[in-house]
Amino acid sequence: MTTTTPTPSGRGVTAAMAPDRDQLLAPVVRRVIGWLTLVSLVALALFGLWGAPTDAVQGDAQRVMYLHVPAAWLAYLAFFVTAAASALFLIPRTRAQVWDRLAGASAELGVMFTGLALALGSIWGRPVWGVWWAWDARLVSTALLFFLFLGYCALRRVPAADPVGAAKRNAIAALFAFADVPIVHFSVEWWRTLHQKATVFNPELNPQIHGVMGLTLWLGTLAFTLMYVYLLDRRYRLAVLEADQADVELEQAILDRTRARSAHV
Amino acid sequence: MNLWREAALVAGKDLRIEARSRVTLGQVIPFGMIVVLLFAFALDPDRGVLERVAPGLFWIAVLLALLLAVGRAFAIETHHGARDGLRIAGLDGSAIFLGKAAAIAAQLLVLEVVVGIGVIVLYGVEIHGLGVILLTAAAATIGLAATGTLYGVLAAGLRLRETLLPLLLLPVLAPVMLGATRAFEDGLAGVPGDAWPWVGMLSVFAVLYSAIGVLAFDALWEEAT
Repeated sequence: MTTTTPTPSGRGVTAAMAPDRDQLLAPVVRRVIGWLTLVSLVALALFGLWGAPTDAVQGDAQRVMYLHVPAAWLAYLAFFVTAAASALFLIPRTRAQVWDRLAGASAELGVMFTGLALALGSIWGRPVWGVWWAWDARLVSTALLFFLFLGYCALRRVPAADPVGAAKRNAIAALFAFADVPIVHFSVEWWRTLHQKATVFNPELNPQIHGVMGLTLWLGTLAFTLMYVYLLDRRYRLAVLEADQADVELEQAILDRTRARSAHV
Repeated sequence: MNLWREAALVAGKDLRIEARSRVTLGQVIPFGMIVVLLFAFALDPDRGVLERVAPGLFWIAVLLALLLAVGRAFAIETHHGARDGLRIAGLDGSAIFLGKAAAIAAQLLVLEVVVGIGVIVLYGVEIHGLGVILLTAAAATIGLAATGTLYGVLAAGLRLRETLLPLLLLPVLAPVMLGATRAFEDGLAGVPGDAWPWVGMLSVFAVLYSAIGVLAFDALWEEAT
């Protein structure tokens, strides 16, 4: 986990913060995780489509679960990382730009995984429940979670003159959104109590899953987690490059302006 | 000066500006009423749907009006160096939060009375449990005003704030919308027993976001440029 390529990232504008980290993962680690992601995704496709037996009740539609459940799990993990990184940014002793960028990257992935979980759930629900959407508690709170963090991502995209102040504001906004999650959860739960219990994490129901089905579900979770870490690293890197690009453009603009002025004189 | 005295000063200032400019009275409340009218067009008063869904429509109208009220509450700080004035006055951030939230809550309560009368008259609603209705409205309004003030200062000074505020605020307020609507339904039906868990949830929401506001407002107020 070392920084390799020296870039002028964050010089000047981030002087108030601790030195920046250009890469989230060391290139070797990143490459290994990238390949593991690819291998586990291929294995998941093989197990999910052919390895696991067809569900007795739901038929082949149940195979969507091998993607839906990991996506939902990753969504929660990603938002938790966003909240934790935001808290670390707000604590003066641990304040560093790495946490701000990590929070932003993780939130975007969280929104993507939440959207994926909702879409896949809908595709699964159509043949099994007979409807694209049901006003089930977990569906409704997941949809609200999607919009809560979509708003946070929109806030992050607003251009700001003061990067440190903007990062502080974004971190506070992430914690506000996170504080709302339990309230949303319980209020929706009270409203709609006909939800079904979680299957994998419910010890009573666990034996009901066929061995290979359970294995495939865990494989999916592993593959998605690896994919999350890999994409997180890539998105983080992109944020660093975006900042570099902005710095370069600013310098170029100043240079052009100075040249134009001296040409006049 | 203590916190409450400072908060009262800020609230008094905001309400005095409202008394002189009459933006809430002349624009936000009429907006709430036109929303109530539009719902009647959408849901056809002859079908008897309006009376059944009146609590939800009432809170939707309040929520939409809240967005305008919050925008207004921070727009008045942008002109004539008002924000610097507050800063130089040495007021505590927590006091500014409490004062502005109280001013928004006071305006919302007036709006709720007017829109409520509109709903009763236009939708033909009968109230059987006034106590529950009043308590629900009080708890929900404090929650709405506190959250609105918090997100108002978060978006204040940002480019794109007009479009950003609803996207940030409305998902957060979903539990209030849900709880207040269910509690109102129980209040209208005269079964207050079912409403108390919702009133409790609304109170927890109001206390939580008021506490967050008291703690976090100062940092956000400093960043808002």
